[in-house]
Amino acid sequence: MVSLQLDRVEARYGRKVIYADVSTPPLPGGSLTALVGPNAAGKSTLFRRIAGQLAGAGEVRLSGTDKASLRYMPQDTGMNAALSVYESVILSLKQGRGGWRLTEDELHAVDEILQLLKIEALAGKQLAELSGGQRQLVSIGQTLVSQPRVILLDEPTSALDLYRQYEVLEVLRAYVERTGAVAILALHDLNQVMRVCTTTIAVANGRIVATGPTLEVLRPALIRELYGIEARVETCSRGCPMMIVDGAP
Amino acid sequence: MSTQDTAIPASAAHPYHRLVLRRLVVLGGLALLLILSVAIDISVGPTQYPLADVLRTILWPGEAGVQMRVVVWDIRMPVALMAVTVGGCLSLAGAQMQTILANPLASPFTLGLSAAASFGAALAMVMGVALFPGALTLMVPANAFLLAMAASLLVFGLSSMRGVTVETIVLLGIALVFTFNALLALLQYFASEQALAAVVFWTMGSLTKATWPKVFITGAILILCTPLFARRAWALTAIRLGETRAAAMGVPVRRLRFETLMLVSLLAAVPVSFVGTIGFIGIVGPHIARLLLGEDQRFFLPGSILAGALILSATSVLSKVLLPGASLPIGIITALVGVPFFATLIFTHGRRQW
Repeated sequence: MVSLQLDRVEARYGRKVIYADVSTPPLPGGSLTALVGPNAAGKSTLFRRIAGQLAGAGEVRLSGTDKASLRYMPQDTGMNAALSVYESVILSLKQGRGGWRLTEDELHAVDEILQLLKIEALAGKQLAELSGGQRQLVSIGQTLVSQPRVILLDEPTSALDLYRQYEVLEVLRAYVERTGAVAILALHDLNQVMRVCTTTIAVANGRIVATGPTLEVLRPALIRELYGIEARVETCSRGCPMMIVDGAP
Repeated sequence: MSTQDTAIPASAAHPYHRLVLRRLVVLGGLALLLILSVAIDISVGPTQYPLADVLRTILWPGEAGVQMRVVVWDIRMPVALMAVTVGGCLSLAGAQMQTILANPLASPFTLGLSAAASFGAALAMVMGVALFPGALTLMVPANAFLLAMAASLLVFGLSSMRGVTVETIVLLGIALVFTFNALLALLQYFASEQALAAVVFWTMGSLTKATWPKVFITGAILILCTPLFARRAWALTAIRLGETRAAAMGVPVRRLRFETLMLVSLLAAVPVSFVGTIGFIGIVGPHIARLLLGEDQRFFLPGSILAGALILSATSVLSKVLLPGASLPIGIITALVGVPFFATLIFTHGRRQW
C-alpha cells in the first residue's frame, strides 16, 4: 500500500519560511485526503513542497512508490499554448518517457482518460478555446493520464458546476480505490470533504492544525479557528454528515 | 480505469494519426517551397537564368559552362543558402525565446542581442576597435558576436537570479535595446561620412557578403542546436502550459530556460555578426509555424526553421526583383513586405494562441 508522510518538513520561498517543522502521520493510499484551510493559509505552498518545487528541511516520505510517480495539479488553469486538448494530455504522459513516437498503449491511455472524464468531445479543441471548467477537467486528465501513485490536486473542482464536481470527485475516489494511490485534494467545500474524503489535514498560517479522520477534524471549534465562523455538523435524514453554517460569531 | 474499449477508435483511423499526417504534409510543403525559393533565388540576378539551367548546373556542375558554374556555385549559391541558414537560425532562436519567455514578441531583437551586435560592429567600423585582439580581419563580425554574446550572458546572469520572472527578462531586454541604440547613435554622431555609411548599411542587414565559410558556420550552428532542442521537445512544449504546470510535470524549468537561452544566443549572435541586423524573421517565422502546426515542438521546431528559411529566401528574391539592377538591403524588405503579411495572418486567425 502506498502512503505519504511529512516528517518535520519546512517550506520556504527563498529565505522566507512559510512552513517550519510540520509533520503528519502516514497518509494512507486507497482513499481521498482533504487539505482544508482559509485562503492564503499555505495549501498550495505545502503541495509545492511535497512535489519538490520548493526547498526546505525535513523529509517527505513516500512508501510503496517513488517521486517519479507523483503528479501535482496546480490551481492555475491558464493554459494558452497552441495545443489541442488531446496533445496537452499526451504531453503530460510523455514527460520523462522520451521518444517522439507514440505507442498504441500511450494513445489508448489518453483516450481512456478523456472518456473517463467525459471530455472526449473536446479532444480536438484548442486549449485557448476552453471554458474555465473545461480547462480544469483537462488539467485533471493531464494529472491522471500517467497513472500516478501520489496525486496532489489544488482545488480540482473550483471551476466546475455541481454535477461535474460530483462526477470528478467520484472518478477520483474510484481511481484511488482501484490503484491504492494517495490523493490529497485542496477543497473549500467542507460538505464535499465530508462526503468523499476519509482523512483531512487542516492548515492555517503555516501550521498544520489538525490531521485525522475527517469527521474528527471538522469540528465546530476548528471551523471557528480556521474560518472565523460558527458551524455545526448534523446528520441528514439519510444519515450523511452535513455542515450547517450559523454565521459569524 | 474505464473499460469502454469499444468506444475507442481503431488505431489506424485514430484522429491523432491523421493530425500527425496532416502536419507532416505541411512540413513537406514548406520544405518544397523552400527548395523552389532557393532555386529561384539562384536564377534571379543581373543576368536571369532559366530554372532548368540552374538545376542542371547544381546537379551536374561539370557539364555547365564556366561562367554559369561560377555565377551559380561561387556567387549566387552562397547568398541563397545564407538566406536559408540565417533565416532558420533566427527563426529557431525566436521560436525558443517565445517558448521559454511566454511572450509572443520575444526574439533575438527583444533581448537586445541584435542591438548589442550592431554596436559591436559600429565600434569596429567607426573607432577601429577590435574586441578580439587577434581578429583584425574579422573585426566587424567578431565584435558583433562578442557583444551579442555579452548581452546574452548579462541576460542569463540576471535570469538565473532568484525571483526574476520572464517579464523582468523581457523588460531587461528592452532596456538593453535602448542602451545599445543610444551608444550606436553616439558613435554615428562622431563617425566619418564613410564609416557612417558602412554602419548604416550594416544595420540594414545584407546577404551580399555571404561566402561558403559563413554558410558552413551558420549551417553548423543550426545543425548543432536543432537536435539539442529536439531532445527536449516534450519539456519545451510543456513550458508553454506555464511554469508551475511544467514544473508539476517534472520539467526542470530553470535549468531548461538557462540552457535554451544559451543555445538561442549562439543561434542569434552568429548570423547577426555575419549579415547584420535582419529583424522580423525571429518573430514572424515562429508565428507562421505556430499557426500552421501548433506548438508541439516535434512539429513546431522544424516548422519554425523552415518558415524562417523560406521567408528570408523569398525576401532575398524580392530584394533583387523589386528594383531591377540593384539589390536592396534584405532587412528593409523583411519589414516592408513581412509586416503587412504578418498583420493579415494575425487578424485572420485572431489571438487564439496567445
